[in-house]
Amino acid sequence: MSTTDPSVQELELTDETPAAPRKMSRQSPKPRRTAKAAKRPGKKMPITAKLALFWLSLVVFGAIYAKFDNLLGQRLPLQDPRYQGNLFGTASRTETPSTAHFLGTDVLSRDSFARLVHGGWVSLIVAMSAVTFGVVFGGLIGTFAGYVKGRTERVIMALIDVILAFPALVLLLAMVSIFQVRSLTVISLVIGLLAIPAYTRIARANTLALANREFVHAAQAIGTKRFTIMFREIFPNVLPTLLAYALVNAAAIIVIEGTLSFLGLSVQLPEPTWGNMINEGRSEIRQTILPVLWPSLALTLTVLSLNQVGDWLQGRAEVRSAAL
Amino acid sequence: MESRGTVGRVDRKILVVEDLKTHFKLPAGMVKAVDGVSFDLKQGQTLGVVGESGSGKTVLSRTIMRLTLGNNVHTSGRVSFEDRDILSLSNKEMQKIWGLEMAMVFQDPMTSLNPVVKIGRQVTEHVRKHLNVSKSEAKATALQLLKGVRIPEAEARFNAYPHQLSGGMRQRVSIAIALACGPKILFADEPTTALDVTVQHQILNLLNLQQQERHMAMILVTHDLGVVAGRTNDIAVMYAGKIVEKAPTWMLFSRVQHPYTEALLRSIPRTNQKNHTRLSAIAGRPPDLINPPQGCKFSPRCPYAQDKCREEEPTLQAAQSDEHQFACWYPVGTPENKEAFEKNLAAQLPQTLAFAEGKVVDESVIDNAVALSGGGS
Repeated sequence: MSTTDPSVQELELTDETPAAPRKMSRQSPKPRRTAKAAKRPGKKMPITAKLALFWLSLVVFGAIYAKFDNLLGQRLPLQDPRYQGNLFGTASRTETPSTAHFLGTDVLSRDSFARLVHGGWVSLIVAMSAVTFGVVFGGLIGTFAGYVKGRTERVIMALIDVILAFPALVLLLAMVSIFQVRSLTVISLVIGLLAIPAYTRIARANTLALANREFVHAAQAIGTKRFTIMFREIFPNVLPTLLAYALVNAAAIIVIEGTLSFLGLSVQLPEPTWGNMINEGRSEIRQTILPVLWPSLALTLTVLSLNQVGDWLQGRAEVRSAAL
Repeated sequence: MESRGTVGRVDRKILVVEDLKTHFKLPAGMVKAVDGVSFDLKQGQTLGVVGESGSGKTVLSRTIMRLTLGNNVHTSGRVSFEDRDILSLSNKEMQKIWGLEMAMVFQDPMTSLNPVVKIGRQVTEHVRKHLNVSKSEAKATALQLLKGVRIPEAEARFNAYPHQLSGGMRQRVSIAIALACGPKILFADEPTTALDVTVQHQILNLLNLQQQERHMAMILVTHDLGVVAGRTNDIAVMYAGKIVEKAPTWMLFSRVQHPYTEALLRSIPRTNQKNHTRLSAIAGRPPDLINPPQGCKFSPRCPYAQDKCREEEPTLQAAQSDEHQFACWYPVGTPENKEAFEKNLAAQLPQTLAFAEGKVVDESVIDNAVALSGGGS
């Protein structure tokens, strides 16, 4: 015991003194630290999350490619999915998959693969806008409410609860009748508005906890303005929680959009979405299940993937679900 | 130490606190966290505020600094900082005082730095806002500050996040931030409680050094009398929201008057004690601040407590010199105190027995207070 290496002791003692040479204080702890990091749960990306990320990138890339492929000169058979005409001769209704139509054709003889890839665009845009709305507006409103407290907070949270309680369908119908169109913009706007309350609540709950943390008091004690404390000290700390929730929320939003388009309340036909593809395939489901199967599968996989990635991120950010 | 005291006497009073009360309104009743505290502090002087957890020392420093304590706070009394009535200033006016004239070092360096901002930016942002300098100038100042608090390789640490630094380093960073604009008074709220002992020593020395170099006033809040010994000009011992004894440091240690101070002194472990000596602790728990005991609030735990203590609350009175004040009916070292102790010992009062037991082992203890009071028993 008594033969412990004196240099080890010395190293520990000099760790805090200015004269400590750089190499000495760095050498030994380094390998230990990396070993620890690998063991920590939630740090390593599980294979499911990797697969999920792969699928999500396929959907995103496909949707963007499909949207802008006319700019690139149509290198893939992703012809305009709204109409029957295609590059591979005339197709008939509900064809089975072939080299000409990877996933067959739907009840109106349109290429299912092209529609599926195009349909991802609507899901993507709606999910992104909802998440952006939620994080930006919901996050800021929630942080503000949680920090100022008092009457302002109560009024804001009451308003948020009203939005939360408002039936989404009714709001959507009202908005559609106001704007007269069911464009992607309107749909995104409405769903975005509906996404705000959850983010507000999360941000507020986190802010309430953070506002009593010592670094906030410390910021106050050096004369930082309240506004600055809110946006420079608290909001960056709320953000990881919001972003982790955002991925899980995006999955829910995609389902909501799917439901709306299934009911014919999302974007105007013939613009393809996964939801309206399921709805259209429904009428011929006795003959073939394929036109319904593909969008359902895409929807399921996407939601599952978002949840997987979201869970992984949430684990990394060590978010407590109690914040909800 | 006395020479330092005389130098201080030339300076003007920078902070005057009169009858300061901070009460929290709770559903269960009024919590009197700070209940009528008065003291003053001269420029370049240090005051140690000592007491156990829940004695109101942190609330006291936060009240003086006007930091948010909650919506249910009722504050009264007067805090005059350089002839400005702090308690009546608006938050906007306080913003000009915070950081620039008053600053605070917090207890836990793990939480007092923003976890998502690099330490370099935390220092520079503060410097830039208050001193109105360019980005590069601010960076130079910040580096100088970090070097000033003895952070090795300040340039490399500049881009580190708080979690990449050790506790001692983090506390150095928060000291650098607090000192950035040259405050006139620094509140150190248990700055070393979260650190281990060797680092504790370094941080306290650093604070002392900076305080002397800058000739600023400092209030050092701690629960450890060992921390303030030799580092402060004056000591105020707090119990249940009140100052129970106040004296220049050397005087307090040599002529303890209040039983609570004596008990605190005895609870410091000593290296010259025999192995396996039982650590002398203060019997009982800190009082309930909503329904404090009648009379002297220390009476339920005091080995000398008499009927008078349980009925009437003593006020601060001067001992041999005006500088030394205490609030006790049976001050340590007086014949009355000795009599009270023997009476309680005969009555087998539990806290008195516990106290006596500790004393037998503690025979060779250095503080003469104990020797004086317990010599007969």
